[in-house]
Amino acid sequence: MTLQAVTANRLADGAVVFRTPAGAWSTDVAAAAAVATGEAELLKAAEADAARQIVVGPYLIAVAAGAAGPVPTVHRERIRAYGPSIGLPGAGEG
Amino acid sequence: MYRYDDFDRAFLEERVAQFRDQVSRRLSGELSEDEFKPLRLMNGLYLQLHAYMLRIAVPYGTLSSAQMRRLAEVARRFDRGYGHFTTRQNIQLNWIRLEDAPDAIAALAEVDMHAIQTSGNCIRNVTADQYAGVAADEIEDPRVWAEIIRQWSTLHPEFTFLPRKFKIAVTGAELDRAAIRVHDIGLRMRRDAAGAVGFEVVVGGGLGRTPLVGKTIREFLPKAQLLAYLEAVLRVYNALGRRDNIYKARIKILVHDVGVETMRAMVEEEFAAVRTEGAIALDPDLVATITGHFAPPAYPPAPEAPAEVAVLEGVDRAFARWRRTNTAPHREPGYVIVNLSLKPAGRPPGDATSAEMEAVADMADRFSLGEIRVAHEQNLVLPHVRQADLPGVWEAAKAIGFATPNIGYLTDIIACPGMDYCALATARSIPVAQRISERFRDLDRLHDIGGLRLNISGCINACGHHHVGHIGLLGVDKNGEEFYQITVGGSAEEETAIGRIIGPAVSSADVVDAVERLVEAYVDLRRPGEPFLDAWRRIGPVPFKERVYAAG
Ligand code: SF4
Repeated sequence: MTLQAVTANRLADGAVVFRTPAGAWSTDVAAAAAVATGEAELLKAAEADAARQIVVGPYLIAVAAGAAGPVPTVHRERIRAYGPSIGLPGAGEG
Repeated sequence: MYRYDDFDRAFLEERVAQFRDQVSRRLSGELSEDEFKPLRLMNGLYLQLHAYMLRIAVPYGTLSSAQMRRLAEVARRFDRGYGHFTTRQNIQLNWIRLEDAPDAIAALAEVDMHAIQTSGNCIRNVTADQYAGVAADEIEDPRVWAEIIRQWSTLHPEFTFLPRKFKIAVTGAELDRAAIRVHDIGLRMRRDAAGAVGFEVVVGGGLGRTPLVGKTIREFLPKAQLLAYLEAVLRVYNALGRRDNIYKARIKILVHDVGVETMRAMVEEEFAAVRTEGAIALDPDLVATITGHFAPPAYPPAPEAPAEVAVLEGVDRAFARWRRTNTAPHREPGYVIVNLSLKPAGRPPGDATSAEMEAVADMADRFSLGEIRVAHEQNLVLPHVRQADLPGVWEAAKAIGFATPNIGYLTDIIACPGMDYCALATARSIPVAQRISERFRDLDRLHDIGGLRLNISGCINACGHHHVGHIGLLGVDKNGEEFYQITVGGSAEEETAIGRIIGPAVSSADVVDAVERLVEAYVDLRRPGEPFLDAWRRIGPVPFKERVYAAG
């Protein structure tokens, strides 16, 4: 059974966000709503949020059920959810 | 260097105000994303994998220390304290908030910087040889012409909506340091038999999905006719370039399809028409004014080949090595060009933190008459260093880790941001670059290998110029896994060539070993002193291929 979640970028700051079961948006993929069916409705709700200037470019991603919550299964989406796979050069700078 | 006049300043201020208004209308919902996207792209603001990304132009790669400080400040205030210098002499900030973008752009405009023409189907910001105006082998400063092209193209009504983006590069010397044959138009300054200065005009080069080496359509074009000729090329392209297919829309496809002879004939015909119209004859006063902006600085006298440098070289092997690889001859006696390597082992190529940018700005003030250059190889350059200051520059560069003696060597890797940042990527580039630079961090070994260019792109768009690396790596996706296709024999210099794929793509786990086997094959097979490309061309692919895939 494949699970899906919806991701987008937050309009105001561009942050990668995931739609939660409560209909909010979280930067934590583990908080995402993951559905086996009804993904069309989920995406539709997200698109309504895009029309209301909350997020940009929502789309569905494949996820698996992890211990703490949904985990993206595709490499690109993992990098997108968890950030660059490398240490950031500016890290720690004020 | 070029100073903005009142017209330029007013124009930039207007653009900032316009953009501020557009952003607020987007945030309020007055503009939809579809309406807003082209507007933000016109201001260099992309939406990338993780966030908005701001691509800031560094026209012809020249920066003042004040501009570098401002970049550092903008990166710190509005981003995460670092930036990425690209192969197009731009700098990208990866984490800009849309809400902050107008303030960031306003802060840049205060030092005459902007993000215009860094996106969209327009004539992109013109790139130039990073040693412009200072190289010992230069004919004339190419930036004068890059700036003339900028002024002509910035608001050109006919060329704002081209079939595709359009890239122009200018180099001022015989030796091509601006990779002109892989641009839509490449210009190389040269002299004719009578000694007059003009351009060789190359069209139809480009990388990406269909890599093609540009063709010379004019051996010699007098300087005064440059804009008329460019106008002719653009008109032919604008009329005939394919707008129906994004993959065929570049001028390289047009040149390839019609052939260089036909292209030349069409351009010459249009050129004659443009000249009859007389619309864009170059105003000699304007040329003189712009030339004046790029007049060489007043160099304080400096001793040629100072004894203390020779002495230090004699006793300090590391200094001698750095001087050999990271400096270049200057046209002014007593001076030298210094490259600052943004490729320390294990670091993302081309990245610099705000603190490092500030340190470079300080170095420029102390040692380089306040000027810095950005090289398309993603390094920085101090263009006006007194030879006597070399020991001091070396110490200062070492202090920030920018003194790795690897310019032009295997670890001077060109790499695009790849899947760590880029929404279009099929694989990561940076971690591969980091692993290769770690593997070859031993300097004795690196220098024994000698000059060798390795370039990495995270997808077929080829921003990392993998086709023209002596060794090129292209990230591909194989059933959800990162693999890397290896090309060999590419070159962005005189004999520009597109590398050949030598075999099946290798996995991410194997790619560093594969590169190492390839390099070792070269070291074993070369004749004494034989450069990599010469060896490759002499021996052919088979022995290399055998070695690369032997252990696989
Ligand atoms: S080559 Fe591809 S992955 Fe790399 S920066 Fe360009 S578009 Fe992105």
